[in-house]
Amino acid sequence: MPIEPHQRRIAEIAIGLGLFLFAVLLEAENAARLLLFLAAYAVTGGDVILRAARNVSRGQIFDENFLMSVATVGAFCIGQYSEAVAVMLFYKIGMLFQDRAVEKSRKSIAELMNIRPDYANLKRGDVIDRVDTDEVNIGDVIVIKPGEKVPLDCVVVEGSSTLDSSPLTGESMPKDVREGDELLSGAINLNGLLVARVTKNASESTASKILDLVENAAAKKSRSENFITKFARFYTPAVVGGAAFIAVVPPLALEGAALGDWVYRALVFLVISCPCALVISIPLSFFGGLGAAARKGILVKGSNYLEALADAEVAVFDKTGTLTKGTFEVQEVVSKGIYNNEEILKFAACVESFSNHPVSLSIRRAYGKEIDAALISNVKEIPGQGVTATVDGRFVAAGNARLMQMLGITVEDPGEAATVVHVAVDGEYKGYIVIADVIKEDAAKAVSELKAQRVKRIVMLTGDAESVAESVAMSLGIDEAYGGLLPADKVQKVEDLMAGKSAKGKLIFVGDGINDAPVLARADVGIAMGGLGSDAAIEAADVVIMTDEPSKVPAAIKIAKRTLSIARQNIAIALGVKGAVLALGALGMASMWAAVFADVGVTLIAVLNAIRVLGSDL
Amino acid sequence: MKKAFKLEGLNCANCAEKIEREIKALEGVNFASVNFMTSKMVIEGDDARFDDIIKAAQRIVTRYEPDVVVKKA
Repeated sequence: MPIEPHQRRIAEIAIGLGLFLFAVLLEAENAARLLLFLAAYAVTGGDVILRAARNVSRGQIFDENFLMSVATVGAFCIGQYSEAVAVMLFYKIGMLFQDRAVEKSRKSIAELMNIRPDYANLKRGDVIDRVDTDEVNIGDVIVIKPGEKVPLDCVVVEGSSTLDSSPLTGESMPKDVREGDELLSGAINLNGLLVARVTKNASESTASKILDLVENAAAKKSRSENFITKFARFYTPAVVGGAAFIAVVPPLALEGAALGDWVYRALVFLVISCPCALVISIPLSFFGGLGAAARKGILVKGSNYLEALADAEVAVFDKTGTLTKGTFEVQEVVSKGIYNNEEILKFAACVESFSNHPVSLSIRRAYGKEIDAALISNVKEIPGQGVTATVDGRFVAAGNARLMQMLGITVEDPGEAATVVHVAVDGEYKGYIVIADVIKEDAAKAVSELKAQRVKRIVMLTGDAESVAESVAMSLGIDEAYGGLLPADKVQKVEDLMAGKSAKGKLIFVGDGINDAPVLARADVGIAMGGLGSDAAIEAADVVIMTDEPSKVPAAIKIAKRTLSIARQNIAIALGVKGAVLALGALGMASMWAAVFADVGVTLIAVLNAIRVLGSDL
Repeated sequence: MKKAFKLEGLNCANCAEKIEREIKALEGVNFASVNFMTSKMVIEGDDARFDDIIKAAQRIVTRYEPDVVVKKA
């Protein structure tokens, strides 16, 4: 049986420890004892010395191996045999634990994001082969068995089943799928056998996109990470410089100063001179935060956004599709002329027949009959107002009051707290259609949780009428709402709000990511909702919420705050302990034991602390 | 061109930082990142010199972390 690397490390430490204890117990000060210490040192620290020598020969000084080697060899030279061996021994034990802790956290993060499919069952004729996902092309037919992950984005051609998409969305409710339904890679097929046609290749499929996004997120670093990187560059040279100073200057300058004593103090410095605790634990904290968020179906595109989320002061929500479901329904049709309700609906449905706006869809659904596209021409969509077109030779306009105003048609305000589509034919007002949107179940909870997290201003923006904005805002507990906004007005409004906040506070904007790209870009953190399967939203936003639940926004802020607080704790622990031991060491009050603790022990504590970001159920 | 690599056996976060910094400074490199947590290295650079860039990156990795194996991700 081959020996695992970590088993070998444990064996080295055990043998070294045995030899060390034996040497300590030997009471005589003789050559045999020194030999035992040297043997213990060689077994435990031999590889460190070798690596140090190799790295120095490549011009790589100031690395951890080199510093530990100098510190321990130095201790030997001034006759501190037992400490030299003990420091090396504890350094090795600490490194072993540290590597295991890092390994463990890497694994738990990997498990969190265990959505990468391993293979696909490719069906060619009657033969089914298990192949790498890279080998499958668009249009190929694959088979997904119960218990397997959906390997690539595809459409079901045969069979039905229940799908668990919680690895993608954090949503635990299984979803039924059958012929014609789209499947996203990374979801798990729970029971039925599915045959599906591939619609996207491996690198374009949802699972790969999500993983890429999370893995690359670490490249956009937070301020704390940048601080640590800069700090680490100066820390080691500064501490090594300090050590050299302490070893040389006081013995020369101070009368009666013992060289050995000051060299010992310098060696204490060298042991603490590696910035590892900081360099490992801060990015680990942030990575853990990104992983914990991804687990909840919240994709954060960089540690910097996590940092910004923690300072959220103003939260701006788009209404339609974000706080409301965006599934409009026609509530009422009111005729103000010669046409009956059916005819008014028909005119509106014809005009709106080329638009995919939720309002248009609801009108077409309410009309419910086939529309003869040949009758319709000159369709003009006016953003934020409505649509005009020629229908069967007549000029028809359907839209809000502003559209009517522009056309010089006076309309009465029906006083509805809902979306009203006015209909005019050949310049004459003919009536209106009342369409209401449905508020999402968790929208009120999202608002109250944001308030609990001390987000000072919660604002709602919408293109719908002021009266609709007010009624929705009222029922959700939102204090500020602005209606009747065109897309450009929304950008302006967000800029005003940006100007009104404090310098440190951040503005987050939450939208559906489809037509609010400029606002998403303008905000400190742009959050797109319902991003599952929408490439445009994933492109435009800084944070993508995979489901369409607004309550994920406070959840993201909670994770961000927790991550930041753990990162700050780690900075404080590492700098505090190292600073204290450096100060005590300079005064001759800290032993090399304390120094080893300050180096490896603190790293271990910081790594374990960082893992807490993942473990907690937020 | 953009390529991702796996750095197997990457155990030193400080070295990862240094490797990233040096690869970023290579001529023809537009973007480089070494992610300690995922052990992943991503390099984006000019197509014409991409092979040279990869070779240089490999040398930098070996200089800082001789035991790390660079593999295609």
